[in-house]
Amino acid sequence: MGNDIIIKVENLKRDFVVGSETVRALRGVSFDIRQGEFVSIMGTSGSGKSTLLNILGCLDKPTSGEYYIDGIGISQCSKDKLSVIRNRKIGFVFQSYNLLARTTALENVELPLMYNHNVSSKERHEMAEHALEMVGLSNRRYHMPNQLSGGQQQRVAIARALVNNPVIILADEATGNLDTRTSYEIMTLLQELNLQGKTIAFVTHEPDIACFTSRTVMLRDGHVIKDAPIEPKSAAEALAALPSNEDY
Amino acid sequence: MRLYNLLKIAYTALMRNKMRAMLTMLGIIIGIASVISMVSLGQSSQLSIRESISSTGTNMIMVMRAFRRPGVNIGNDNVQTLKMADCVAIRKGAKNVDLISPTVSSSGQLIRGSKNWPSTIEGVSTEFLTIRKYELESGTNFTEEHINTYAKVCLIGQTVVDNLFEPDENPVGQDIRFGKIPMKVIGVLKEKGQNQMGQDQDDIVIAPYTTVQKRILAIDYLHMITASAVSEEATDAAVAEIESILRAQHRLLPGEDDDFDVRTQAEMLEMMSSVSGFMTILLAAIASISLIVGGIGIMNIMYVTVTERTKEIGLRMSIGAKGRDIMLQFLCESTILSLIGGVIGIILGLVISYVASYLLSWPYVVSQASVALSFVVCAATGIFFGWYPAKKAASLDPINALRYE
Repeated sequence: MGNDIIIKVENLKRDFVVGSETVRALRGVSFDIRQGEFVSIMGTSGSGKSTLLNILGCLDKPTSGEYYIDGIGISQCSKDKLSVIRNRKIGFVFQSYNLLARTTALENVELPLMYNHNVSSKERHEMAEHALEMVGLSNRRYHMPNQLSGGQQQRVAIARALVNNPVIILADEATGNLDTRTSYEIMTLLQELNLQGKTIAFVTHEPDIACFTSRTVMLRDGHVIKDAPIEPKSAAEALAALPSNEDY
Repeated sequence: MRLYNLLKIAYTALMRNKMRAMLTMLGIIIGIASVISMVSLGQSSQLSIRESISSTGTNMIMVMRAFRRPGVNIGNDNVQTLKMADCVAIRKGAKNVDLISPTVSSSGQLIRGSKNWPSTIEGVSTEFLTIRKYELESGTNFTEEHINTYAKVCLIGQTVVDNLFEPDENPVGQDIRFGKIPMKVIGVLKEKGQNQMGQDQDDIVIAPYTTVQKRILAIDYLHMITASAVSEEATDAAVAEIESILRAQHRLLPGEDDDFDVRTQAEMLEMMSSVSGFMTILLAAIASISLIVGGIGIMNIMYVTVTERTKEIGLRMSIGAKGRDIMLQFLCESTILSLIGGVIGIILGLVISYVASYLLSWPYVVSQASVALSFVVCAATGIFFGWYPAKKAASLDPINALRYE
């Protein structure tokens, strides 16, 4: 694990103008994320964590302040340039999986590479197979999303986030739609990926999910109120400790 | 590679909603099919009119007598300006005239045994049959020998045969009377039907002009000269030649009115084909309205698709699709829809026009221009009507699109 700074946020501010009022969603947020970190970004609703995630994901630009991803400052980037950054440097995992319906798992995973001209269709295929292998779904590659469980769908989504070999994986409430057992399974997977060197930023409002990460950035009213490394719990152990499902 | 990806994305998207894609295509299919079949049928009808007119000879030229002198107009009946010498002069001098026949005619009663029938006898030369495109069903045409000897022979049309002969009789070799003159039937003409004016072209007796001139009418002038130009295009030149030769023959001074009239089939043809040409345009215009409606159908569906797939658009954008990629994807979809619909429509249109022209026993015409044009129109429809929805899709904000429910 290196110590290179992947993400650098400097005094980030984001205002929204709603009618005549200005809503200040982010009021000066600064932090870094280094290569190999597993960061949870926490906060209650309205704390600005979604706004922060949109900016981290290059879907939105800050009103002021600067955000560097892999050394690139995004405030000067054009829309198309941002698309390329999203395509090459970021992997998204959403709460509601956002898989394309009636499209096989493999094709869903291939999707980001479709927008990368440098990848041939053969490479694309191989990379997608590899990503599915990493999330343990090689045997389901030709299944449609509706033939997969929620946890499996989220694994496909994680594979899709991995396939372009991004510098950071941004997970937005990735366990929000899953039951506790499946959530722990997903967290186990993310911990494994983190051990393999993947940098992950995990947005959540659930403390018992955040405790599996190695650092917590807590937001409230647009400010970082806490940014501290924590000793991560092992999701695999937590999973093992769960009462078995056999009683129903 | 890039285009292949785009097409693949568009294809899978369309395949996810086969029924809807089919129905959308149906609009284009109907539009294109109706344009193609209407244009094709219009051209068929034009061609069939042309054929019916050219069955009397499109290159046919008629020279009539005319009376143009101040004072009481006594009509053309007693005008004796056309002579056999004119005929000879035209034959000798007019390069664009192919065949020529002096024509004298008389109407009278045909009699055979207990049957009789009023008809017209045309006194002509041997070339007349070719000029008017009459064909012999049985027997032979008369010869120069017959003309020189004022022979009492004739060819008769089917209507005359029907009225003078029993169904199983062979008219060839039989005698009939025209008024008081007995004539031997040496040939029967093939049925030709009505001409474009509704006249029965089979109610005719054809005899050597000398016979009609000397034996029936006792005149030495001609009623008419029937000629044909070497080709349809040469008709105008032939007319000009005939006019100048006749003016010289009749010693008309410059400024003096012609004492003859030259008429061609071209005018008739022009009028008829301009009417049916107008009909073709009208039909095509109406048909193209259905094409526009089909195009609007595509636009409508593309709008629905964009709205319905807002979330997908958001996802694609968040994983790196540029606005242009999204736009091209939707344009591709609408173009594929309209092109596939167009191809099916073209095939359907060709089948429809084939069946219709077969049923109407019209000639089957495929206008390559209309097929090519339809294809271009299809592609243009897809792009034109797909443009706005695609633009809308491309301009979506990924954050909002992702949250769209």
